[in-house]
Amino acid sequence: MIRHPTQDAGFGVYVHWPFCQSKCPYCDFNSHVRTGGIDEERYLDAFRREIAHAGDMAPGRTVTSIFLGGGTPSLMRPQTTAGLLEAIATSWTIARGAEITLEANPTSVEAERFRGYRAAGVNRVSMGIQALNDGDLRRLGRLHSVAEALAAVDVARRHFPRYSFDLIYARPDQTPAAWKAELERAIGEAADHLSLYQLTIEPGTWFERLHAAGKLAIPDPELSRILYDVTQEVCDRAGLPAYEISNHARPGAESRHNLLYWRYGEYAGVGPGAHGRIMSARGRTATATERSPEDWLARVERHGHGLVEQTVLTREEAGDEFLLMGLRLREGIEPSRYRTISGRMLDHERIQDLLGYGMIAHRAGSRIAVTPAGFPVLDSVVADLAA
Amino acid sequence: MTSHPIDTIRNFSIVAHIDHGKSTLADRLIQQTGTLTAREMTEQVLDNMDIEKERGITIKAQTVRLEYRAQDGKDYVLNLMDTPGHVDFAYEVSRSLAACEGSLLVVDASQGVEAQTLANVYQALDANHEIVPVLNKIDLPAAEPDRVKEQIEEVIGLDASDAVPISAKTGIGIDLVLEAIVQRLPPPKGDETAPLKALLVDSWYDAYLGVVVLVRIVDGVLKKGMTIKMMGTGAVYGVDKVGVFRPKMTDVARLGPGEVGFLTGSIKEVADTAVGDTITEDKKPTAAMLPGFKPVQPVVFCGLFPVDAADFEDLRAAMGRLRLNDASFSYEMETSAALGFGFRCGFLGLLHLEIIQERLEREFNLDLISTAPSVVYHLNMRDGTIKELHNPADMPDVMKIETIEEPWIRATILTPDEYLGGILKLCQDRRGVQIDLNYVGKRAMVIYDLPLNEVVFDFYDRLKSISKGYASFDYAVTDYREGDLVKMSILVNAEPVDALSMLVHRDRAESRGRAMCEKLKDLIPRHLFQIPVQAAIGGKIIARETIRALSKDVTAKCYGGDATRKRKLLEKQKEGKKRMRQFGRVEIPQEAFIAALKMDS
Ligand SMILES: Nc1nc2c(ncn2[C@@H]2O[C@H](COP(=O)(O)OP(=O)(O)OP(=O)(O)O)[C@@H](O)[C@H]2O)c(=O)[nH]1
Ligand SMILES: C[S@@+](CC[C@H](N)C(=O)[O-])C[C@H]1O[C@@H](n2cnc3c(N)ncnc32)[C@H](O)[C@@H]1O
Ligand code: SF4
Ligand SMILES: [Mg+2]
Repeated sequence: MIRHPTQDAGFGVYVHWPFCQSKCPYCDFNSHVRTGGIDEERYLDAFRREIAHAGDMAPGRTVTSIFLGGGTPSLMRPQTTAGLLEAIATSWTIARGAEITLEANPTSVEAERFRGYRAAGVNRVSMGIQALNDGDLRRLGRLHSVAEALAAVDVARRHFPRYSFDLIYARPDQTPAAWKAELERAIGEAADHLSLYQLTIEPGTWFERLHAAGKLAIPDPELSRILYDVTQEVCDRAGLPAYEISNHARPGAESRHNLLYWRYGEYAGVGPGAHGRIMSARGRTATATERSPEDWLARVERHGHGLVEQTVLTREEAGDEFLLMGLRLREGIEPSRYRTISGRMLDHERIQDLLGYGMIAHRAGSRIAVTPAGFPVLDSVVADLAA
Repeated sequence: MTSHPIDTIRNFSIVAHIDHGKSTLADRLIQQTGTLTAREMTEQVLDNMDIEKERGITIKAQTVRLEYRAQDGKDYVLNLMDTPGHVDFAYEVSRSLAACEGSLLVVDASQGVEAQTLANVYQALDANHEIVPVLNKIDLPAAEPDRVKEQIEEVIGLDASDAVPISAKTGIGIDLVLEAIVQRLPPPKGDETAPLKALLVDSWYDAYLGVVVLVRIVDGVLKKGMTIKMMGTGAVYGVDKVGVFRPKMTDVARLGPGEVGFLTGSIKEVADTAVGDTITEDKKPTAAMLPGFKPVQPVVFCGLFPVDAADFEDLRAAMGRLRLNDASFSYEMETSAALGFGFRCGFLGLLHLEIIQERLEREFNLDLISTAPSVVYHLNMRDGTIKELHNPADMPDVMKIETIEEPWIRATILTPDEYLGGILKLCQDRRGVQIDLNYVGKRAMVIYDLPLNEVVFDFYDRLKSISKGYASFDYAVTDYREGDLVKMSILVNAEPVDALSMLVHRDRAESRGRAMCEKLKDLIPRHLFQIPVQAAIGGKIIARETIRALSKDVTAKCYGGDATRKRKLLEKQKEGKKRMRQFGRVEIPQEAFIAALKMDS
């Protein structure tokens, strides 16, 4: 088998579970509410077929990480999770000590299943706590309270060797002082990993409509910058520096699966609306599946897979993706790898300019990384380098 | 033997202020005479350019032949010319008038006499036209036909007792208009047996037929197969086709005296078909040429550059093509440090500029950047020579200049009384000199002399906003006067942006400079570093603003493995950057150039 340099970063499997208890007003993930319930067994069968198909597309790999994301995977029965992991083990070899993460919503019902997930093989759980303030949780449309969420964290702590949780900040009316206090409390509850996302108004969401109607005020760029800076300060002091724009960990406790994305490694994506990047003889192939759960199910049952896109990326596209993903990491990128992927060099003059503005810096060896000053304006830095 | 006895021909123009309903009246005349069937009709059917349809204005004069059986039982040939109302296209009006004996003066009965009503009627009187006043839009509740009649008599001094009240929208009174045309407008005169003498009214490029020439026959007969000569340019061509507009081009065997129609030949050179030229038969030429037209002088200039330098040759070809359809704009090559290769173009006004730019972009699929509009300055040099300055970037060393002269206009503004104060202040602020102020019914009429330089700079927009759209405006360039003018440069991140430099009056420099810097501050996107924006005269900074560095621009959450979505955004961003111009390290979006010049003081 040919060895591709990108495979050195590992091989991951992303499984998308597209169902949620209710739709949060800020969320534009591929998540769907099915009040009538779903036929979990039938979905599991479809997942099995699609995982087998993915195994044929990328044969012989060793899986270093698995991510069960959503939607809300913690709505599935633990035996479904077990079934999914077995299917993956059938298609590929799962490396010893592979990271297996499940995304969970911190309601009491879901916490009750944590033990089952652990038994199925999950060794890391990532919970969407979102806020430690009941008013804000309600405004975010969450179904859990702070107390319930913290109880779920307790359960996670007992059952999983590793856990993490997400918070959304830069919420309407949030002051830097309030956020600082909330974050410090969160760190007290955290183990060694935290995801801290600034609230983004996404197209097509309820929040977008409110925002457009002037009924939802989010922090302006200046305040949002201050909130970002507070986040870095507090986390740095607590020994949880950002290893990626919105992800913080004690060194060594980074999410391996997410690192795989950012290091532009190889991964298969299965389930409705999942994306993958698979190496083939023709180059890096972007895959995407049908988003609607029912249509995906029908496709898989008919064709054995739900793929609606399989595009071999051009070198320029792959180069863009490499920069987009890699520059999100504190460790930055290896310019020679950019050259291998895109077939061209980074523009020397632009690099000099960005170094001059203090937006990027050289790291160990010949690596280039965005500086703390550059991260808050990362999108512009990337656009500059990619242009 | 003409198929149409000359006394049954009527040639007329429809003239009016903008939007008073000329093109709509043309629709009704076309319809009522059965020239087009109901199925073929569209609104303002003669406005056939997309840009005319979208904006609801006429840009290009149009000709159509109507056949009409009058109440006297005779069959008439009516040749209608619909003209544009906007002052920038006055040249189109003057050419149409030269091809006709009479005019329908359309006045919106709910609005009354406006600035271009006056301008156009004076042109028509100048062309010795018989004029039939038509009061349009009487269907509107606000219509006051009697008051407007009085106005016409009082302001223009035209007998309006026989003015025809109509609604071009509902069709009321159209029959009366047709009868008035036949009875009140004179037939053309001409000698069929004399050598061919025809006026070259207009010419344009047609994708299928090549150059099409619009002619008005004065004497003699124009026939297919004839060899003709353009007397002014000396060009000789064989005539392939002769025809009339109904309004589609329809071939006829011949055109006799008094008739209006078109000819085509294998005409390659635009320059050969100069409007106003006299066309005659090559082997039997007429003795004397027609007086022709006053040449148009472009009054506003700006540089047009391709966004993508690789499009320069395409732009050159497009300019040539467009000029075939619009002889009133001119262009010559120009280079700019900031913008590369492009053209310095002359226009009849700002709307003309806007329309040409839009047509170039749309019809020829080009992306263009335009520089600040400027007027033509006369530089009296110390060495005694006189230089014309079309482009502020070409300004010579000030030490070598004795004086600078700038063009002045005489402007006529009509406005409801309540906006008069604001308008006088605007004119005063723009260095205007009041010449006259009186009343036309309830409306005030002010006449001001103004430097054109102050008018190309968003004067019209300001006037419209001060008067909530009720004031009307017309102007003509009168003379050149000395002015205390200085060149103001704009520096972005300490680099001069040649495309934004301009000549301004010394007293106005600081406020213009400040306004420009403020505007640019909002138009130039924040960069990764702080950017000073300065206005300077010589080495002296007269205004300054700072664009702060970007504080926040980052996608917080990454969609798991969905790199595609982020990549698509990046590709858009990269595409956007291509539309930016690089000045040193600063990228300025092209919209900023255009918007920077539309300044609300
Ligand atoms: N109510 C009413 N509206 C009319 C009448 N005649 C024209 N209009 C409207 O007035 C507007 C302007 O009409 P046009 O025929 O385009 O005016 P124009 O004089 O050709 O305008 P320019 O060519 O731009 O100078 C359009 O919206 C017409 O529908 C009328 O008799 N009554
Ligand atoms: C796949 S989502 C949610 C997983 C899980 N269903 C939950 O809600 O807890 C992953 C994380 O993205 C973050 N997120 C989703 N939408 C967001 C938005 N509009 N702005 C900022 N963060 C968002 C939330 O913190 C969320 O936990
Ligand atoms: S935030 Fe989580 S729970 Fe809420 S709709 Fe999105 S995926 Fe579902
Ligand atoms: Mg019109």
